[in-house]
Amino acid sequence: MFKLLNGPQTLGNGRAFWICFFLVLIIALAYPFFADSYDVGNFAYFLIWVFMALGLCLMWGYGGMLSFGQTFFFGIAGYSYGVLAINLGGGGMTFVALGLAILLAALSALILGYFMIWGRVGGVFFGIVTLSATLVLAFFVGQTAGPEWRVGEARLNGYNGMKGMEPLNIPWFGGESIYFEGSSLYYLAIALILLVYLGLRVLLNSRFGNVIVAIREDPQRAELLGYDVRKYQLITFVIGSALAGLSGALYTSWGQFITPSSIGLPAAAMPIVWVAFSGRGDITATLIGTFLILVAFQTITVHSQQAALILMGAMLLATVMLAPQGFVIGVARSIGRLVKRRGQAPG
Amino acid sequence: MAEILQTAQVSKTFGGLAAVSDVDISVNEGEIHCLIGPNGAGKSTLFKLVIGTYLPSGGSISFRGENVTQRRPYERVKRGMSIKMQTPSVFKELPVRQNIHIALQHHIGRAALAREEERLLTLLELAPDATKPAGALSHGQQQWLEIGMALALKPALMLLDEPTAGMSPEETFRTGELIKQLNADGMTMLIVEHDMAFVRQIAQRVTVMHFGKVFARGAIGEILADPRVAEIYLGKTHEH
Ligand SMILES: Nc1ncnc2c1ncn2[C@@H]1O[C@H](COP(=O)(O)OP(=O)(O)O)[C@@H](O)[C@H]1O
Ligand SMILES: [Mg+2]
Repeated sequence: MFKLLNGPQTLGNGRAFWICFFLVLIIALAYPFFADSYDVGNFAYFLIWVFMALGLCLMWGYGGMLSFGQTFFFGIAGYSYGVLAINLGGGGMTFVALGLAILLAALSALILGYFMIWGRVGGVFFGIVTLSATLVLAFFVGQTAGPEWRVGEARLNGYNGMKGMEPLNIPWFGGESIYFEGSSLYYLAIALILLVYLGLRVLLNSRFGNVIVAIREDPQRAELLGYDVRKYQLITFVIGSALAGLSGALYTSWGQFITPSSIGLPAAAMPIVWVAFSGRGDITATLIGTFLILVAFQTITVHSQQAALILMGAMLLATVMLAPQGFVIGVARSIGRLVKRRGQAPG
Repeated sequence: MAEILQTAQVSKTFGGLAAVSDVDISVNEGEIHCLIGPNGAGKSTLFKLVIGTYLPSGGSISFRGENVTQRRPYERVKRGMSIKMQTPSVFKELPVRQNIHIALQHHIGRAALAREEERLLTLLELAPDATKPAGALSHGQQQWLEIGMALALKPALMLLDEPTAGMSPEETFRTGELIKQLNADGMTMLIVEHDMAFVRQIAQRVTVMHFGKVFARGAIGEILADPRVAEIYLGKTHEH
């Protein structure tokens, strides 16, 4: 199991990489003790989005399926969390709501994925169908302003968005509850990222990972080696989409609201920019790149929203033209080559 | 002798063109069976029908006593078929070693995998290039790699479509010896081949196709002596 943390599908397999990994982890864990709580809350917010990017990296970079549907599943889980948290009552039930919300996202991915993959929707059309589903969902939720659009106690509320759900919390000893906000949300997000990131590394370097990259390269050849291509694609799609669901449910919990604008364009384009810029071919590059972009984006937005959007567009353009494999991967590869050359140099 | 593969009246039409029509062939367990015929005779199409990338317009295919006509390709592979198609397709961006690994992991446990991987890389003389992306290999090497991947499945029936295309005479001869070796170890072979010297080197029985139909069949000696076969081949030999 631990052996599979390293392998052909992941960059960064050496001692040096894991030393850096632990250093970053220690810094991340210590950060709340030094930073002010406003910044910690902000960082927690950035981390929430990372799951969606990791899921897209799995589907697109490794599996060759470009899904425009990450915010579709983000929205399904985000709204489901709200509806469930409101109806099940708060407290520990918020975690049940989280689990069910992700399950609902996975289930919708299973259904949508089944029709696309078994219907042989491939290539560009995969993107078109997922984007259409996303836009339809955004439009649908947008027209739920009327009081008749309610699930139990929860009102969907159209473009104004749904609110009133409790954030994730668990009852604690002495009658006090722990609310996952600020630094506790930050630690929860770090723990989840650690789990998802390491889990994906193991998955990608396992038998399964070998098969999905083979399918990306040549689905027919993969089938002729005895692999049920459609099954592998469907599983990949469900996992990748469920990760978007995790982001969505955490997002709703974080802000205690969610609106249709989290689903439609331009939100739907964001994960694609993050992953393309970072380097869709590698899970670590996506993790680092997405986080950096979110921090940079936020920093600039504080000064000017327009500047931030222009930057986003420029980044996508620059990626396509200068580093089609992604910038973070490009930098990582250069470092790798440099270290190698150093190692080989005499003396 | 028991039949491992049998096609009954299989046909495949593309638009109006009957690429394969009413073909009956049977391959016995343990033999090396060659399928020959001029370009466009329908040999590759027949292979695709056997492995399942095409579904037949008519007729049926049975493998190891089971009707597999409607089975998907991966199911046929799981039942013991393996194929090297005419146009080589390896996983170009993945390292050579990983190409082999992906084929092997299908049925070999983790413990024995590394050993088997080395054995195959050595057998294919690809060990020095193991870390290169498969797309960087020469055409001949890609051909070897693909044969190796097909072999890695340890199939009961191996389908090879023009395995020696693009190989030097020396490489061709070695491929022939390898095929005979594998056959001696129990693997049934169905091979499409143009090179008659190569067919003479390996074949036991031969089926000749022409215009989508079976034109002649028999032991290698009979076929080579058949003047009609020589006729369809004469003037066609340079076409490929
Ligand atoms: N996918 C296809 N679509 C249309 N025609 C095809 C297709 N595949 C093969 N053919 C035609 O079927 C005939 C047989 O082709 P093929 O099986 O490749 O012959 P061989 O392998 O014996 O050279 C040829 O006339 C070829 O042009
Ligand atoms: Mg052919």
